[in-house]
Amino acid sequence: MLLVVEQFLNGLQFGLLLFLLAAGLTLVFGIMDLVNLAHGSLYMMGAYFAATFAAWTGSFLLGALLALGATLLLGIVLEVTALRPLYGRDHLDHVLATFGLILFFNEAVRLIWGPAGLALPLPAWLTVPVPILSGIYYPAYRLAIIAVALVVALLLYVGVMRTRIGMLIRAGASNREMIGALGINIKLLYTLVFGLGAALAGLAGLMQAPILTVQIGMGENILILAFVIIVIGGIGSIRGAFLAAIFVGMIDTMGRAFLPNLLRQVLSSTAASTAAPALSSMLIYLLMAIVLVVRPEGLFPANRR
Amino acid sequence: MAEPLLRVEGLVRRFGGIVATDHVSLDVAQGELHAIIGPNGAGKTTLISQLTGHLPPNAGSISLGGLDITYLPAHRRCALGLARSFQITSLLLDFTAADNVALAAQAHAGTSFRFFADARRERGLREAAHAALDRVGLSHRADIVVSRLSHGERRELELAVALASRPKILLLDEPMAGLGATESQRMVKLLQELRKEVSIVLVEHDMEAVFALADRISVLVYGRLIASGDPAAIRQNEEVRRAYLGDQHVVTRHG
Amino acid sequence: MSKAFSASRAVTALMLAGLLLLPLYSQLSGNLFILTLFTRIVILALAAASLNLIMGYGGMTSFGHAAYLGIGGYAVGILAQEGIGSGFVQWPVALAASAIYALVIGALSLRTRGVYFIMITLAFAQMAYYVASGLARYGGDDGLTVYKRSAFAGLVDLSNRVQFYYLCLACLLGVIALIWRIVNSRFGLVVQGLRSNEQRMQAIGFPAGRYRLVCFVISGTMCGLAGALLANNTDFVSPAVMYWTRSGDLMVMVILGGMGTLFGPVIGAVVYLVLEELLSQVTEYWALIMGPLLLVIVLFGRGGIMGLLGRLDRG
Repeated sequence: MLLVVEQFLNGLQFGLLLFLLAAGLTLVFGIMDLVNLAHGSLYMMGAYFAATFAAWTGSFLLGALLALGATLLLGIVLEVTALRPLYGRDHLDHVLATFGLILFFNEAVRLIWGPAGLALPLPAWLTVPVPILSGIYYPAYRLAIIAVALVVALLLYVGVMRTRIGMLIRAGASNREMIGALGINIKLLYTLVFGLGAALAGLAGLMQAPILTVQIGMGENILILAFVIIVIGGIGSIRGAFLAAIFVGMIDTMGRAFLPNLLRQVLSSTAASTAAPALSSMLIYLLMAIVLVVRPEGLFPANRR
Repeated sequence: MAEPLLRVEGLVRRFGGIVATDHVSLDVAQGELHAIIGPNGAGKTTLISQLTGHLPPNAGSISLGGLDITYLPAHRRCALGLARSFQITSLLLDFTAADNVALAAQAHAGTSFRFFADARRERGLREAAHAALDRVGLSHRADIVVSRLSHGERRELELAVALASRPKILLLDEPMAGLGATESQRMVKLLQELRKEVSIVLVEHDMEAVFALADRISVLVYGRLIASGDPAAIRQNEEVRRAYLGDQHVVTRHG
Repeated sequence: MSKAFSASRAVTALMLAGLLLLPLYSQLSGNLFILTLFTRIVILALAAASLNLIMGYGGMTSFGHAAYLGIGGYAVGILAQEGIGSGFVQWPVALAASAIYALVIGALSLRTRGVYFIMITLAFAQMAYYVASGLARYGGDDGLTVYKRSAFAGLVDLSNRVQFYYLCLACLLGVIALIWRIVNSRFGLVVQGLRSNEQRMQAIGFPAGRYRLVCFVISGTMCGLAGALLANNTDFVSPAVMYWTRSGDLMVMVILGGMGTLFGPVIGAVVYLVLEELLSQVTEYWALIMGPLLLVIVLFGRGGIMGLLGRLDRG
């Protein structure tokens, strides 16, 4: 019971973190038709900024806020300088150019911060375990991640569904020509959307930083998970990204936690312990394969015609 | 009368609330040139797309030579002898004119799962390609890459590609679209030649051409067939006149 | 068609002559390192050439091609570990395993287009990476040492540097000859036609899916061969050969050399890997230069080196 609740919360927390990453990615895809592999680099930069600023200011919260601003700024600079020339080009060009950006960011980080990872220590008030059910404690910081991510998801949902800019964003995701026809300053909209995506990735990175080490390449594996989420959820759909992210976070966490025991019920214990790690890391990809067979355009495609 | 080559019965296609094809029935006899006309937005291209298999109908049936093809995919219909040209030219732009036509011939000459022999040296395919190009007067441009051909030449090449698959029936979606006066005249001449060999469904805005070429004309308005008959009968038809009232397509050429 | 003499042909001929004579130079100069470097380059050029078949000729942008390097490599490594040392068994198994993986992944991912296809091939390759990491019996994350290179009943000795280099080069040239036949065959024209205009190809009677899938499988099988060679070259195979940046490297080689040209990927591999080697000798932070360089190539150098040479020929 205790383990189940804990793993459930872990899965939720991981899923919400993935959502922050996937939301920015799917918006940039949907609206700007840009494949941005360097999204994971923004996640990494968020973590590095947070670790640095927290050390400078001596405050975790202040460091996090500064890091958020810094990734937003970095995203805007990146969009204006490197990505603008790529709009309207082949997806292959996007892939290659942003692949180049990843190499650049990884190397820049190595140059500035050195090859060893950084640690981002938590303030004492976030490290205490909090009782959530009778006799079940859960780390305050992980609960804080869940709360922050849920608030951001809600804001994003309200922002996209209820405001004028949100309307434009949705219009853009389903029909790109339309925003042009509405006489909107597309350049500005693109910059804003990309900046927003960068800030979301940065937020995910800086929140993850105290749990894992801050290190080079930390954004790459999680980026591929974000891709899987977008494929499952449907490109350009915030709602799809949210549901798919929770789903993937849960399955991945639960699979790693419980699959070995489940397998032990059916297989011999040596066979189970051999197969379990490989199988549990395959789970979400199998999920993706199933979605592809059933609904190749994803579960909630934004541009349903 | 013998079984018609192409028979369409009760075809319906809706887009949301709009009925783009509203219980259309028509047939095309062997050797006939059947023109479909109608004002803009009458649903002509929607109809053609259902005939070629690019768009599934909501109801009704299509049969070719007595065989039900309503739900066959495009490539299977083509294999059965139904070829089309596109309203907006659709060719392999980075291939030569001859390659474009030869590929169409290849689709109907045995398997294409051959991996080693040079397909450009297959005499049968090349001869078929050149014959088709010759037919439309393009043989002198055979080795030119399509992206360097003029618009008129591309329209002719579309025809050659359709011919190379040795179709029983040709669906031509506005072959005159965007052609100048002389080019249009050449196209009409060409169609007059072709109709001796193959049945044709012609969707066209150019009324002069339609009335000069067609055996039968069907008039489509808001997805519904309002009249069908020989050119003289259509010219007299009151309902057709009403539908076209104020629309100068009937009398003058479409710009 | 093209002129008898052209810059692209001259460069290709020069490069081939260089590759053929390289062991001689290595022996005469005593520079053994260059032979090691170029064995690796030739193997990765083979992988890039196979990617070029689907990406350059077929228009299928796969971002998971490194998976086959791993599959081919693990086939050799696992069989060697289990006591089957004959290349006559190992290599066919490597090719077959790659083909089967390509068939399954292709059947799934070819249901989609464009961005989806890129992401899905990437995701499945990542899956292969994790599966290999989970193979505790075969080294897991740490990889698997191949203690004995594939044995070919005394026909070639893979432990002999020069013989192994020439074997790799022969494989590369064989695969390129095969690709050359394929792209000019009926099948190849259909695949290239589908890249150019799928709607038109459907309309003249070609079902797109099965031609693309067969092409995808051929390409994957060829890359599996590169995987088997790579495992023999490094005497080692690990999940790292399947890491997604390796797939990215292969794409860069193809683009850099010239997509949809026969020898472009080979030139791309030579230039990319030699550049990497040189830059890493100059500075530890070579990727700081390489990254923006890629951006510049994408922005201004469409068509790659072959395209550039082609423009030179036309004046």
